[in-house]
Amino acid sequence: MSDNIRTVPDATCTFCGCVCDDIVLTVDMDSHSITKSQNACVLGKAWFKEHGIEERPRALIGGREASTEEGVEEAAQILANARFPIIYGLSDTTCEAQRVAVAIADMIGGNVDTTTSVCHGPSGIAFQSAGESTASLGEIRNRADLVIFWGGNPAEAHPRLFTRYAVTPKGMYVPNGRKDRTIVLVDVRRTPSTPVADIFLQVKPGSDFEVLWALRALVKGRRIDASIEQRTGVSLAVLQDLVARMKSCRFGVLLFGMGLTMTRGRHFNSGALLALATDLNEFTHFVAAPVRGHGNVTGADNVMSWQTGFPFGVNLSRGYPRFNPGEFTTVDLLSRGEVDAALIIASDPASNFPKPAIEHLKRIPVISLDPKATITGALSRVAFTTATYGINVAGTAYRMDNVPLTLRPAFDSPYPSDEEVLTAIRSRVRELLGGNRLPVGPLPAGKAT
Amino acid sequence: MPEYMTLIGGRSSKQGTALCQGKLEADYLEVTSVVEMNVEDMARLGIVNEGRVRLRTPGGESILRCKGRETKDLPPGILFMAYGPLSSELMTGDTAGTGMPLSKNLQVEVEPVPDDA
Repeated sequence: MSDNIRTVPDATCTFCGCVCDDIVLTVDMDSHSITKSQNACVLGKAWFKEHGIEERPRALIGGREASTEEGVEEAAQILANARFPIIYGLSDTTCEAQRVAVAIADMIGGNVDTTTSVCHGPSGIAFQSAGESTASLGEIRNRADLVIFWGGNPAEAHPRLFTRYAVTPKGMYVPNGRKDRTIVLVDVRRTPSTPVADIFLQVKPGSDFEVLWALRALVKGRRIDASIEQRTGVSLAVLQDLVARMKSCRFGVLLFGMGLTMTRGRHFNSGALLALATDLNEFTHFVAAPVRGHGNVTGADNVMSWQTGFPFGVNLSRGYPRFNPGEFTTVDLLSRGEVDAALIIASDPASNFPKPAIEHLKRIPVISLDPKATITGALSRVAFTTATYGINVAGTAYRMDNVPLTLRPAFDSPYPSDEEVLTAIRSRVRELLGGNRLPVGPLPAGKAT
Repeated sequence: MPEYMTLIGGRSSKQGTALCQGKLEADYLEVTSVVEMNVEDMARLGIVNEGRVRLRTPGGESILRCKGRETKDLPPGILFMAYGPLSSELMTGDTAGTGMPLSKNLQVEVEPVPDDA
């Protein structure tokens, strides 16, 4: 380690949706590396340690090394000439970059979607029908005396959710911390999170909706048959006990993960949980909140919503935004082979999308922006290397409870930010198109193409 | 007679730290190529710890290394693996009009793969 050391107090970790903003970084300014990340969890420590400056080409075009400017020209040509381009990703970059990406989608009349569609997208659909009785993580920390984790494994995916907000910290109305809280975990398997819970409900896979609906019925005083246990794996007595605790707590919270959204039932599961939280407000104060994965996926929802009116899966080909999950969401568009170009920002769909979607990505020109080499980058026509948000790039990220936080970078990167690359692409596309692409409105009656 | 089990895809600490190194690095590829199975199911199917197993869905198939878990941790009939390229092979593109493909609660056909295969 050199003598050229810098300390960054109150740095913000953008690995997961907790967006912890109390990290103290020790930075070796000569080697451009973070040697210590005090207060970070195991995931945060890996995030800071592994995002030094790597020797990578600024851009690759068809596998050939190129400058950022050459990459911008190639990317702009692809987007300007595409008939149905899609912009996707955005959950691991700043809100400032997200805003430019939406502007590009508007200009080219494309489709814009974020990783929310394969994360809490079904919850986003449920919010529109069931609403969301919710709270900030600060309120939960200071008030919640009953915390129910449903379909998630925070010990491995969001470690500091336990220690900073929802299980052990002392709060204004829970002065004894863990002793003042009852913790319930609902999952289909035991995980490293299970030992944290006072009560563990192991439900059969695919029966979350039935358990939630039974809880709603019990909350309303309806009769539930004891055969619920055979269907769900949870006995009626356990459900009745949980309902009694939910109705008698002072401040209850349901924190739910992708165990609800990625399984049978999808938005119906999230909707049932949100409705349960709302029902409980007849008896006490009860809230619900989705636990979010990527560092700024919540920011992506917010930026999309304020720019287009919708949180994900938005199509702008008619010159105005249309929202329709299943039609304008990326997995569907790719699996059906509809799009003819893709701009992927801070995401790696080639490593986690279904096979038919990945196969179509291999058939079309893809432009990708990422600080790291990725599988998506490897199949891209144009792959930009960009600086890491929160470590090299300042800006804004939203915590999972929709609280915006300022990023405090640790050291400069020789690579441009996502925002800088996207801004350059937007300018060049505007030149090529001469402004926004004309909207393709509905044809007059009787006119066929 | 094919054997069917329920596959749960998900996150793990090791996967999270490995992806920070990079998704093309050995650690990530290693952690995403392992499936956890109940030890009684493994014994019944003649699969040894670290032995190979083929999982198949209507979407595709993957060959993974199998790791045993006690019944108290993973019930019979349930499998767990960390998300990655090999779990993608098993997913179909159908989202039932939601945008979300199923990656948990997948019904998979399970078949041991001999070492010399």
